Amino acid sequence: MSLILFIEQILNGLQFGVMLFLMAAGLTLVFGVMGLINLAHGSLYMVGAFACAAVAAATGSFWLGLVASLAAAAAAGVVVEVTVIRRLYRRDHLDQVLATFALILVFSEGVRWLFGSFPLYLDPPAMLSGAVELPGGILYPAYRLAIIVAGLIVAALLFLLIGRTRLGVRIRAGESDREMIAALGVDIDRLYTMVFALGAALAGFAGAMVGAIQSVQVGMGEPVLILAFVVIVIGGVGSIKGALLGALLVGLTDTLGRFLLPLAFEAVTDPASAKAMGAALASMAIYVLMAAVLVFRPTGLFGARA
Amino acid sequence: MSREGWINLAVLALLAGVPLAAHAAGEPFLVTLATKVAILGLAGVGLNLALGLGGLVSFGHAAFFGLGGYATGVLASHALNYEPLMTEPFALEGTTQMLIIWPVAIVLSGLAALAIGALSLRTSGIFFIMITLAFAQMIYYFAISWPAYGGEDGLSIYVRSEFPGLDTLSPLPFFGLVFALLLLALGLSHILSRSRFGLALQAARQNEARVRAVGIGPYRVRLVAFVISGMITGLAGALFADLNRFVSPAMLDWHTSGQLIVLVILGGVGRLFGPVAGAGLYILLEHNLGHFTEFWQLPFGLLLLAVVLFAPGGLIGVLAGRKRHG
Amino acid sequence: MAEPALAVSGLRKAFGALVATDGVTLDLRPGEIHALIGPNGAGKSTLIKQMTGELKQDAGEIRLRGAEITFLSPEARSRRGLARSFQVSSLASEFTALQNVVLAVAGARGEAFGFLRPALKDRALVEPARAALARVGLDGRAGIRAADLSHGERRSLEVACALALQPVAFLLDEPMAGMGHEGSLRLTGLLDGLRAEAPILLVEHDMDAVFALADRISVLVYGKVIATGSADEIRRDPEVRAAYLGDEE
Repeated sequence: MSLILFIEQILNGLQFGVMLFLMAAGLTLVFGVMGLINLAHGSLYMVGAFACAAVAAATGSFWLGLVASLAAAAAAGVVVEVTVIRRLYRRDHLDQVLATFALILVFSEGVRWLFGSFPLYLDPPAMLSGAVELPGGILYPAYRLAIIVAGLIVAALLFLLIGRTRLGVRIRAGESDREMIAALGVDIDRLYTMVFALGAALAGFAGAMVGAIQSVQVGMGEPVLILAFVVIVIGGVGSIKGALLGALLVGLTDTLGRFLLPLAFEAVTDPASAKAMGAALASMAIYVLMAAVLVFRPTGLFGARA
Repeated sequence: MSREGWINLAVLALLAGVPLAAHAAGEPFLVTLATKVAILGLAGVGLNLALGLGGLVSFGHAAFFGLGGYATGVLASHALNYEPLMTEPFALEGTTQMLIIWPVAIVLSGLAALAIGALSLRTSGIFFIMITLAFAQMIYYFAISWPAYGGEDGLSIYVRSEFPGLDTLSPLPFFGLVFALLLLALGLSHILSRSRFGLALQAARQNEARVRAVGIGPYRVRLVAFVISGMITGLAGALFADLNRFVSPAMLDWHTSGQLIVLVILGGVGRLFGPVAGAGLYILLEHNLGHFTEFWQLPFGLLLLAVVLFAPGGLIGVLAGRKRHG
Repeated sequence: MAEPALAVSGLRKAFGALVATDGVTLDLRPGEIHALIGPNGAGKSTLIKQMTGELKQDAGEIRLRGAEITFLSPEARSRRGLARSFQVSSLASEFTALQNVVLAVAGARGEAFGFLRPALKDRALVEPARAALARVGLDGRAGIRAADLSHGERRSLEVACALALQPVAFLLDEPMAGMGHEGSLRLTGLLDGLRAEAPILLVEHDMDAVFALADRISVLVYGKVIATGSADEIRRDPEVRAAYLGDEE
């Protein structure tokens, strides 16, 4: 029945949204705290996916792979922060864009060199391989449901971390007044490295989770990175809450757009061209959403007013 | 003449001399390579207006480059099939005449720049970067999912477009055309940078409050600059499609935007000839690193990192010393 | 009485519970220097920003030579002849002194969209720009980058840019701040002669300069004008004494 199909699509949109949130949260934290735009964030997503696929293939355990993805992405984050990113905080956005673009080239080519150009495949863990029956008789893949749950748990933990812990206090203080917290004796270099590693780990986690439903390949992080930018523009730079709302909006808009627009066009034209037109317009839907937000709130839904 | 002036002259002489010598030596591939340098340089000259003079870090210039390319491809495909683009409200035929294709490419990319610029210039800094990137990506996805013009596979152009009185199919005359357009764009860019408009644009980059205080609205100045910038890059895209006799969504891909920024920076941002020198260097590196390793982007990425971190003035900056003002 | 060059009435701006300007009414008459003084936090900066258009007022109106400019953008106000200098020097720092003033001349004439002629070779721009530089004593420094000028020279350059607009009214926000004694004296002399061209609303902490120059003084305390009058009237005003010295009546 089409209502069941519709609910399935909403779940797909949610799943897409929470993954985007994991990407956008790291990006927006790094921007909010350090004032840095990091194009290489998508590379950390890719690193997570490859680490998970490689370790899962070697050990046979998805869960070990997941741990490896967190570790590898965080480690890559620390290395990159200490060697390159740290030198960019005081530079202008153009230098940041260029240097992190260069990092993408290095990461992508490096991974291609290590793993080759062919995609790796990562299977979801056996215990999550089937479908679950939801209320109303909807069958939905257990793994996708697990992604939604895991994403929401991570989001909750992140809100707790930022809102309730000492590290969170420092992160928020770093956003508003870095000289002051440096004067208060907080080791700002270490704080920045930790924030960057945290963002990297979130990206790596997202990459590993998504890696099991798509193929793991070089460049897989880039489309996600750009969508995460759209999320941040909609939600407002530096706002975790905005990132969550923006991510869910983008996830749902994109998924439902692809589902509903071709159906809508079928009412006015023949199925083949309806499918083509619907698909073409659906691919633009989230950008139209972004443009609309920009017109009404140029700093995003939760952004600080200029 | 200043040192930078001599360097500029040398860059031009080199760019014009290499294909002439290559043609004489019977190496048409080198002529084609030089044509590629000139086209990418032209695209960079366009981007440099926004990026260098205006300080607008556009990560979406692939949109204009690609739209220019599709102007060539779509018009040519309709001409080939004798099928008009539209019949209502007025008839529009396909064509293979460069003199018609170029204005179409310029107007099309100018309109896109107007729409994208009008929205994204409401913001600044990191927002501007992300939004220009996002809108370019929108056009990219549209090109991929719209099946009429090849979708993901792109569109082949069977015969290079024509120019009255020239054999555009042979490499040297085609290079000559591209080179002439590059000179024109360089001249235009030079004139603009010294004009009242150029002064206002550069001042808006340095200090927005100052510009307002003397009665100039920065938004309009930037928007005009962004549109001109998009138009020049669009023209380069039209030529690029003709060079490859192929246009695909790859021209719209965000890597193309990144590549354009990279070559402007490699050459020296805000310098008149920076994009040309940068394009030359880029193609040189691509070809030479490509000989050493299949994974040439790895050393290239490291080199780019080194330039950003340690030589922010780019090639012309290193050669000509600190930028002169006044 | 002649029409005031600049008049604000009932201007109000609140940031949350803090009322920064609370129904400010004052005017600037032709030929005068009208000083605006007040303790720190009195709302002077907010008032200036409302006049220049950087901040939107909650209520009130602003008129320039009788025409309402309350809702115009900062650049439109500048173009209509409201020239301002900034509390902290704000120039195009990579430009030379001359380029900064040429920009001002071109901007004031609404010529920002001239695409062809080189601005620095255009005598119609350069001559008035050089004249403005000479007025503030910077004629020998025209080719120096703004960033390389001394602090005092940058302050003077801002005044030159304001001059180049041929304004209806000047809004000068602490033009003497950070200037040496000699620089202050020179600038005092310059402002003294300037009022004949266009009246000056002067926000200044240098009380010597204020009492030497001002035809009228307004005192702003907690967002309200508590007194307006000549230097002597202000010195004697009990409310002003109370605000500054803590005297109780």
